[in-house]
Amino acid sequence: MTRNNSNSKNPLHGLWALTNRDLKKWYKNPVILLLGIVQPIIWMGLLGKAMNLGNMFTSFSPALPPSIPQSIQEQIKLAMSDLSRQAMLSIFGTKDYFSYMAVGMMSFIVMFTAMFSGMSIVWDRRLGFLNKALSTPVARASILMAKVFSAVIRALVQATIVLGIAYVFGLSVGADFTPLNMIGVYAALFLISMGLSSIFILIAIRSTKQETQMAVVNLLNLPLMFASNTLFSTSLMPDWLQAIAKINPVTYATDATRQLILYSINMQQLLLDFAYLSVFAAVFSTIGIVLSWRYLSK
Amino acid sequence: MAAEAIAVEGLTRVFNKNLVAVDHVDFTVKEGEIFGFLGPNGAGKTTTINMLITVLRPTEGRATVCGYDISKQPSEVRDCIGVVPQEYTADEDLTGLENILLCADLYGIPREISQKRAQELLELVELAKFKDKQVATYSGGMRRRLELACGLINRPHIFFLDEPTLGLDVQTRAATWNYIKLLKKEYGMTIFMTTHYLEEADMLCDRVAIIDYGKIVAMGAPNDLKEGLGGDIMTLSIQDSKGDISELVKKVPKVKEVKKQDGAYRIKVVDGEETAPIIIDAVRAEGHKVTRLSLTKPTLDEVYLEYTGKSMREEEESREGFRAQRIAMRRARGERLRGGH
Repeated sequence: MTRNNSNSKNPLHGLWALTNRDLKKWYKNPVILLLGIVQPIIWMGLLGKAMNLGNMFTSFSPALPPSIPQSIQEQIKLAMSDLSRQAMLSIFGTKDYFSYMAVGMMSFIVMFTAMFSGMSIVWDRRLGFLNKALSTPVARASILMAKVFSAVIRALVQATIVLGIAYVFGLSVGADFTPLNMIGVYAALFLISMGLSSIFILIAIRSTKQETQMAVVNLLNLPLMFASNTLFSTSLMPDWLQAIAKINPVTYATDATRQLILYSINMQQLLLDFAYLSVFAAVFSTIGIVLSWRYLSK
Repeated sequence: MAAEAIAVEGLTRVFNKNLVAVDHVDFTVKEGEIFGFLGPNGAGKTTTINMLITVLRPTEGRATVCGYDISKQPSEVRDCIGVVPQEYTADEDLTGLENILLCADLYGIPREISQKRAQELLELVELAKFKDKQVATYSGGMRRRLELACGLINRPHIFFLDEPTLGLDVQTRAATWNYIKLLKKEYGMTIFMTTHYLEEADMLCDRVAIIDYGKIVAMGAPNDLKEGLGGDIMTLSIQDSKGDISELVKKVPKVKEVKKQDGAYRIKVVDGEETAPIIIDAVRAEGHKVTRLSLTKPTLDEVYLEYTGKSMREEEESREGFRAQRIAMRRARGERLRGGH
């Protein structure tokens, strides 16, 4: 057998092959795909529709003294309805809470997909696949980045499906929304997904215990989700929580997607969101690439 | 290319600062040779192979594979080797063909070449009919053959096989041996393998190294090792409670060594056929009753026993048990994997 390994190799060879391997496992198994979508839909259905905050002041008839004339009673009701509308707009920036949290669900999907992406590297290590890949000339960084990219692609597909379903169930897009805005939405979700996946894969890079991963995921998912604007406006939070939300990258991704889908765009704020997300994604994927050289092999 | 395919000097690996898995090992593997690493469980066989295939960093020492330094030129080493790990590493959710093509992509082999090669290799390992079936449906033997095909996709110069026939039935094991012999004969491939099957090492390997507690305790061609024992091995048991007969047996001429092992006497003798009756007479004359007797021409098993003090058979049993347990664990994990995210 003669060796004919060409020297003119693309340094990225293997990156797509490894990404595609993970994606194949996913799309060949419709149950996993379905479960990934069902969970956020349950959240939207239960929390989004149940917390009908827009009707907070109008869904009951206050027992006003009968001495107040009918016309004034009507005015009070009107004023309260106006009050609730204004409160919603000032706190959530939109009239209905369902739309607000449906868009937040996109960050939620990205977050959960990223969290579990670390698990698959633990499996690859335990089942020996990682060792086999390490014995081939494929770049160590490709092994790690393939995990990141497959998580990113899975997250984006799931987020798209969930957004479509939310639209059917009454998501009202902003007046300024154009289909072009979706490019920005994907860019924001791509960046947050890349940064978060890199973090969680880095945590798993030397681990052989899926229990450790589960513990980390359980520890981090509540703070990442609730110390952000994913489900509630940060303006209602105490100062210390607002401070945490301010450094939480999920806040910036959610804000960017809400601006692009629901609100009229505040260009300065949107640029800040993207700057923060870009730095976040660049820093953690770089750390991942650098550390993969050292820590993938033991 | 140097005449030495693999050259190892003082290779050492320490885990967790105090567990010495491989302890200053030296050996060379010549071009076109089948070299076997024999040893009990945890002796350091897999640790050595993992260092040579650049998956594990040595703590100390150096080694060259295909003339490249494993620590300084790992990429060059990876390009010229093929590896069949101990585990079944093929992806269960993909088909046989998809798995081979994935391996090809990891070596950066262009698709038009890898398609053709994959087809050839699938035919070589007789999996062509099953190439589009998911690996989850493959039997153990089929999966092992698929691993062989994956390891050969880059036409390696040196082929590393870690326990290539572990847990296979007799037929599949014989078929695997045939593939290995074919690779040497047809392509002159250098093969480095670990095994705990003595007949496998005896039959396939040009040279073997016996490793125990991370150190090489014997090395050479199987026949030389057997002859090096310097005699036949007689195993003798007497009805116990009657004291030690070691000294008594040692007095018989042509007896070279007497060891008491597991309640039996392991006696190394020259010209076993003639000496054995004399030993028995001597033992009986002292009033001992012989309950069991065997005389064997030296085999690799005897060599192994000589150097490690353990019978290979005991090792095999514990190994098979360990393996069954591992497979059960993997299945359980697999189930959880599919149920989770």
